[in-house]
Amino acid sequence: MPLTLPFRPRREAYPPDMWTKCPNCSEMLFNKHLEKNLRVCGTCGHHFRISAKARLDQLLDPGSFRERDEGLVSRDPLGFVDSKPYPDRIVAAQLATGRRDAATWGFGALGGRRVAICALDFGFMGGSMGSVVGEKVTRAAEGAFAERVPLIVVSASGGARMQEGTLALMQLVKTIGALERLRAASLPYISVLADPTTGGVFASFAALGDVNLAEPNALIGFAGARVSAGTIAEELPPGFQRSEFLFSHGFVDRIVTRADLRDELALLLALLGPAGTVESASGSVRRG
Amino acid sequence: MVDRLLGRVREREVVPAAAPPPADPRDAVWTRVQLARNPRRPHTLELVGHITDAFVELHGDRLFGDDGAIVGGVARIEDRRVMVVGHQKGADTDENIRRNFGMGKPEGFRKAIRLFELAERLGLPVVTFVDTPGAYPGAEAEERGVADSIARSIGVMCRLRVPIITLITGEGGSGGALAIAAGDVVVALENAVYAVISPEGCASILWRTSEKAPDAALAMRMSAQDQAKLGVIDRVVAEPGEGAHVDAAETGRRLRAVILEELDRLAALSPDELVARRGGRYRVFGAFDDLGATEPMPGAGERPGLADRLRRALEPVGKSVGDAIGDAIGGRGGRDGRDARDGREGRDEPPAREEV
Repeated sequence: MPLTLPFRPRREAYPPDMWTKCPNCSEMLFNKHLEKNLRVCGTCGHHFRISAKARLDQLLDPGSFRERDEGLVSRDPLGFVDSKPYPDRIVAAQLATGRRDAATWGFGALGGRRVAICALDFGFMGGSMGSVVGEKVTRAAEGAFAERVPLIVVSASGGARMQEGTLALMQLVKTIGALERLRAASLPYISVLADPTTGGVFASFAALGDVNLAEPNALIGFAGARVSAGTIAEELPPGFQRSEFLFSHGFVDRIVTRADLRDELALLLALLGPAGTVESASGSVRRG
Repeated sequence: MVDRLLGRVREREVVPAAAPPPADPRDAVWTRVQLARNPRRPHTLELVGHITDAFVELHGDRLFGDDGAIVGGVARIEDRRVMVVGHQKGADTDENIRRNFGMGKPEGFRKAIRLFELAERLGLPVVTFVDTPGAYPGAEAEERGVADSIARSIGVMCRLRVPIITLITGEGGSGGALAIAAGDVVVALENAVYAVISPEGCASILWRTSEKAPDAALAMRMSAQDQAKLGVIDRVVAEPGEGAHVDAAETGRRLRAVILEELDRLAALSPDELVARRGGRYRVFGAFDDLGATEPMPGAGERPGLADRLRRALEPVGKSVGDAIGDAIGGRGGRDGRDARDGREGRDEPPAREEV
């Protein structure tokens, strides 16, 4: 039975105080305004990273989200220890985020349309994909398949979770296999790439959207910059591995600001189907 | 990079491959890593020469170019026709530069996709040879969509309606290896290794120095034997003598026998059964528990303040939040709450990227 003490924790969870400095333009942003602005800098448009919960709140119709499989927790299949044991790292991340792992999935409504949706949380061990993240993305695809609804995955991840070794690597095949079955059932899959989406997450489900949307200036790439710039001595082109770089090379359909993302997804869902659901797709033309 | 690799090559050549297995498990796995990287180890085309009775190499992805780091072609083994796809390292420095040290680029993975799909159309089983430090991490690979090409290659392997036999013959280096390694059956040579990231990369991220690579290799359990215990590898093939490099022909004979056996076994399955079983093989990978939705999630989102620290100090040992979770996820009872507190205060953010 936890004791109740008559004073508040000394430090607030996050943010620590009332102002946040924009890392891009150095503007001091009033936190209340920042939250209201979906955690996008009102001055320069810098998109701050947001939690999976905040993402789902922003995208889905209020009160429509029903989480599935929230009780999944990773084991420690390798008995992995570096400077500290893997289970301790998980516990630390759980306490910091209030989540059991880096992915959240469930069913919800977006613009009145039922979807299966999964969002990754960079705040939980860098959003890295171990068994739980792989399982949840897979179950989201299987849930979309079972209910014949579209799938949306919002990625924010550094890649596969090293502490789970090749079992983390196998999650690439597991998630892609589920997407292949979804594809065979003619159901649309929209991949949203947020900052950052790299490594094994980008090299699996995040790259494979029927439509790939990216937030502005998100870091998206396969190899870490340390690898690209350090190991291979070559000049990196400007904007390397940013959303706009991916867009200009043809790997992203559209770059969408956070303020537009919900409406853009709603319109795309209406136009992509499944068939017989086009009635609300009218009156909006989005070019460029 | 070339200098670094050359430096490493010279180092490797003086490493005595013969030594009896060291008692220290860290040395044991590191010996295998070095054997897997031994430049004299037979690489794909040499093995294909020993294994097959006829082989015609095919080139190009029909989109951009031909990648020397990934080779492929049609082959005959006894009376069986197969499609071969594999990473190709060089035997010497010149060839290694031409082959990019076996590090595939997007055009290589797209050549693999092209050959997989050709094999399916012609009803040829596929045999893949895996031996790469990883996909090429340079800017041109990113420009041409290396992640996209890897993901799509895995996708094609998931749905391919012909048998796929994967042989891990040397280094199974993360995503660049997996791109052609999602087979129905995964066979490894005795001294092959398989990991989610290179041991040097893992060490430099988690230990902050690449000199801890042997520790990382041990922690990741990257030897073929350990991977077989995890179920990632289905069977391990013994190498002759001190390792495959002492007798490439004999290594080839042993692999040929395994390929023929597996081809016979997989030939009994219909295409639908093949695809379903392959899907099932990869669907079950993962180590997790389901605590259900009722279990309360403690400690939500707050850094420990004075109240929390006082509360913890007043709680009897073994009942802290950290322990409750630790018991549930790892079955590791008996730790005191100190570990969890350390973890919480550390809160070390992992690096923004982890290569795979």
